[in-house]
Amino acid sequence: MFVPLLVLRNAFRHKLRTTLTVVGIVVAIVAFGMLRTIVDAWYAGANASSSARLVTRSSVSLVFPLPLSYAPKIRQVDGVTGVAWANWFGGIYVNERNFFAQFAISPSYLAMYPEFVLSDDERRAFVADRSGAIAGRKLAEKYGWKVGDQIPLRGTIFPGTWTFNLRGIYDGAEEGTDTSTFFFHYAFLNESIKQKLGGRGDQAGLYIEQLAHPDEAAAVSAAIDAMFRNSLAETLTETEKAFQLGFVAMSEAILLAIQAVSFVVIVIIMAVMANTMAMTARERYAEYATFKALGFSNGFVALLIFAESLGIALFGGLLGVALTFPAAETFAKTVGSILPAFKVSTDTIVLQVAAALVIGVVAAAIPAWRAARVRIVEGLRAIG
Amino acid sequence: MSADAEAGTVVERRDESGAEVEPLVAIRNLSKYYVRGDQVIPVLVDIDLDVAEGDFVALMGPSGSGKTTLLNLIAGIDKPSAGEIRIAGVDITQLSDADLALWRSANVGFIFQFYNLMPVLSAFGNVELPLQLTSLSRRERRDRVETALALVGLSDRATHLPNELSGGQQQRVAIARALITDPAIIVADEPTGDLDRTTAEEILGLLERLNRELEKTIIMVTHDPKAAEKAHRLVHLEKGVLVH
Repeated sequence: MFVPLLVLRNAFRHKLRTTLTVVGIVVAIVAFGMLRTIVDAWYAGANASSSARLVTRSSVSLVFPLPLSYAPKIRQVDGVTGVAWANWFGGIYVNERNFFAQFAISPSYLAMYPEFVLSDDERRAFVADRSGAIAGRKLAEKYGWKVGDQIPLRGTIFPGTWTFNLRGIYDGAEEGTDTSTFFFHYAFLNESIKQKLGGRGDQAGLYIEQLAHPDEAAAVSAAIDAMFRNSLAETLTETEKAFQLGFVAMSEAILLAIQAVSFVVIVIIMAVMANTMAMTARERYAEYATFKALGFSNGFVALLIFAESLGIALFGGLLGVALTFPAAETFAKTVGSILPAFKVSTDTIVLQVAAALVIGVVAAAIPAWRAARVRIVEGLRAIG
Repeated sequence: MSADAEAGTVVERRDESGAEVEPLVAIRNLSKYYVRGDQVIPVLVDIDLDVAEGDFVALMGPSGSGKTTLLNLIAGIDKPSAGEIRIAGVDITQLSDADLALWRSANVGFIFQFYNLMPVLSAFGNVELPLQLTSLSRRERRDRVETALALVGLSDRATHLPNELSGGQQQRVAIARALITDPAIIVADEPTGDLDRTTAEEILGLLERLNRELEKTIIMVTHDPKAAEKAHRLVHLEKGVLVH
């Protein structure tokens, strides 16, 4: 009990200094956790993607659609058990700030995504209503939507105001499943386009293929792309994960910068904490010398400094971890549609605690080494 | 008898049967110097000194004469450049740092000019500090601390922090801490240097009592002739040399 008591009392000798140091660590650990979570959220789509699904798009660019006539041909490829297609809609709900993903989907789409959990009644209601739509739970909660509401979207790619009847709200089968997307019938979009825009009908933004065996992904991808080689709309087929990572790669430089900043924050607080511990140890040289004169070892003196540093760092670190959750929740509410799977992961918590430990150990290393080495007679002279 | 013995620094003592009694502290040819660049600065030069068990010795001399250095060497918190310091038969100059720390914890009680109490520990905690290095149970430690605090008249101040005590009370806590392990010697460096005359008299009276009633061997550095009067023997140093 003697050492913990001594460490605790020493840690709070300068209450203001210790409080400010703890606040600094809390801010650093929360910032570190938030930045790591942003990076995780960026990769969440790729991580949550199924290895049993492929995505086929135009080999030129995602903005070029593929003919709807490809669907039955793709379905014939060995190893493909189902085909669905989807079009990015890109509508605006009320104003531009309300960004969320909207897809016009084929009837077979939902069957290929068992992670979107919809009740049978709502599924039937959605299928039965030509202008029906479903929204993820997070999205519905954000805008206060209820089943039966009419959702108006102003088209940017497809001009005009499109009004949808909300027929269901889906949940995620897993915690990381994105529930911030809006789906409606491809047929509704396609028919309206044909009426309004003529030549832009019967086109799909991308195809999704269900595989019989995930390990056939490479062969099936090659077979699909070979089928449309030298056509007017050549395809590029890849796993859903690779497709998602392609989006992530577009912002890789930003992600690297975020990761770098997250570590810089830790290095900065490490330097601040090291300065605090150096000041603390210097002020107590006479006490350390007295301990040594009384027979306590150099190691004991080093232990006192390490324990105090680790105690402060861990206290701040754990407080930071605890505060990361409400901070992440607030952040997710603000940018939920942009980073739908914004959850603090176990890995992030482990990293935060590890960072706090490293801060504590590194900050104490030099002061402890110096205090352990200081000669008793020199330390005693430090008084008065 | 050597010249040093004549000067009273080395004293031969014999027991009732006539056998020579080894002094508690026996210092021979002790030197300490510092090297700064190519300059050698002597602090203590070829010191021979004996201190018998139960003695009360005052080390006096002008500032820079080496008296605190000599006290530090006897206490085992500094290392000599040459010579031998035998305390209760142990040549402490031959001990490793770790062994010397252990030796100090069992054999030396320290009283400093500025008390050197731990500000975050109560009077009780400060007195108990040296006992943390022993295998005594909590109860045994408590009994000893209570006895020591009673001896210095501070039983009612056990829970007070140092900053809640006067200078004299803090020095009495330091004396209790010095006594608590029942050490072979107590070293006191200017124990009254930070105290007013009345309080200094109280502290000196307490040290005198420890020496007389508990037969504690005390070696004290002081500038104060009144403090030195309480000692049995005065040892003067000048420029690192014992003068008488």
